[in-house]
Amino acid sequence: MRLITHNMLKCHVKNCTDPDKQFPLRFKDAKLEQIEAERNDEFLVRMLPRIEWAALATTANELGIELPKEVPANPADDDAFLQGLHTAIMEMHVKEGSMLCKGCGHEYKIAKGIPNMLLAEHEI
Amino acid sequence: MGLPTPDTAHLRRPEYATVYEPAEDTYLLLDALESDRESLQALRPAVCVEIGSGSGCVSAFLGQVLGPHCALIISTDINPAANAATKETAARSAAHAVPLEQCRTRFVQGLDARLAGSVDVLVFNPPYVVTPTAEIDSTPEASAWAGGEHGREVLDQLLPQIPALLSPAGRFYLVVIEENKPEEIAQILAAHGLQGARVLSRRAGREHLSIYRFSRGCAE
Repeated sequence: MRLITHNMLKCHVKNCTDPDKQFPLRFKDAKLEQIEAERNDEFLVRMLPRIEWAALATTANELGIELPKEVPANPADDDAFLQGLHTAIMEMHVKEGSMLCKGCGHEYKIAKGIPNMLLAEHEI
Repeated sequence: MGLPTPDTAHLRRPEYATVYEPAEDTYLLLDALESDRESLQALRPAVCVEIGSGSGCVSAFLGQVLGPHCALIISTDINPAANAATKETAARSAAHAVPLEQCRTRFVQGLDARLAGSVDVLVFNPPYVVTPTAEIDSTPEASAWAGGEHGREVLDQLLPQIPALLSPAGRFYLVVIEENKPEEIAQILAAHGLQGARVLSRRAGREHLSIYRFSRGCAE
């Protein structure tokens, strides 16, 4: 699972409703692997508006991946920024571990790189 | 027509016994995506989602249609064997250069809040077979095809959510059979502001299969 996918995941337990705590989910015991990928600047720039930047930057930093706190004014012309973004969202994979909701504490597991967002009937 | 069908030979392995193998419905969907190749590329999608990816054949094919490194594709399935099969299909495919991500969930649960208004291409080959309601999700295999009354019970849970998921130029590709009452499906989505039309159909044995494509505004 790439961090770009993590940026799209939000706790959906029925009684967990505090939007400030449901997202982003916090990694626990995350096992990371970097797999090189070809960089496509045009795609990265196009993807930027779909990303919750603060959540991505915080999460990346917690995992020891450097990202600036804010998106620079001209991201398309900022090579260092684009390289950092590419590494963070395209090359870093979380292979094992889990993601915790800061609101209700629900633990979503990640196994073999696949997050499990399924809930039990009573949690939906 | 040029794009190769993704290699799903690994589905013969016992760990994938519960995963739906590509069949006529799958291939019709591939054909619809391939014939829309130009307009799909012109859309410049950033985020694509396939719900119920099964073998991963369609997700991997969509990756080939769009081309390398230019879109994120998220494939969901409730069956962990299907998630794993999709991952392997993606890895074997010529589309491996496209970020193909998997998530175990029902429909888009856990993703829907963040993906609202953000999905450029949404694809769903639902469990459309007409069955007794009790058969729905009775086994991992049944989850792939058992659709309950009119083959619509699973799809109908998702339909009202679709307009909110799509980006302004977003598209939704859906596989149906005649028993699903596709015109009624189109009416339901029209009430939510989506226009749709049948883009391809084919008879396969007893099934009269069609692909519908929905979007906001005119449907070409």
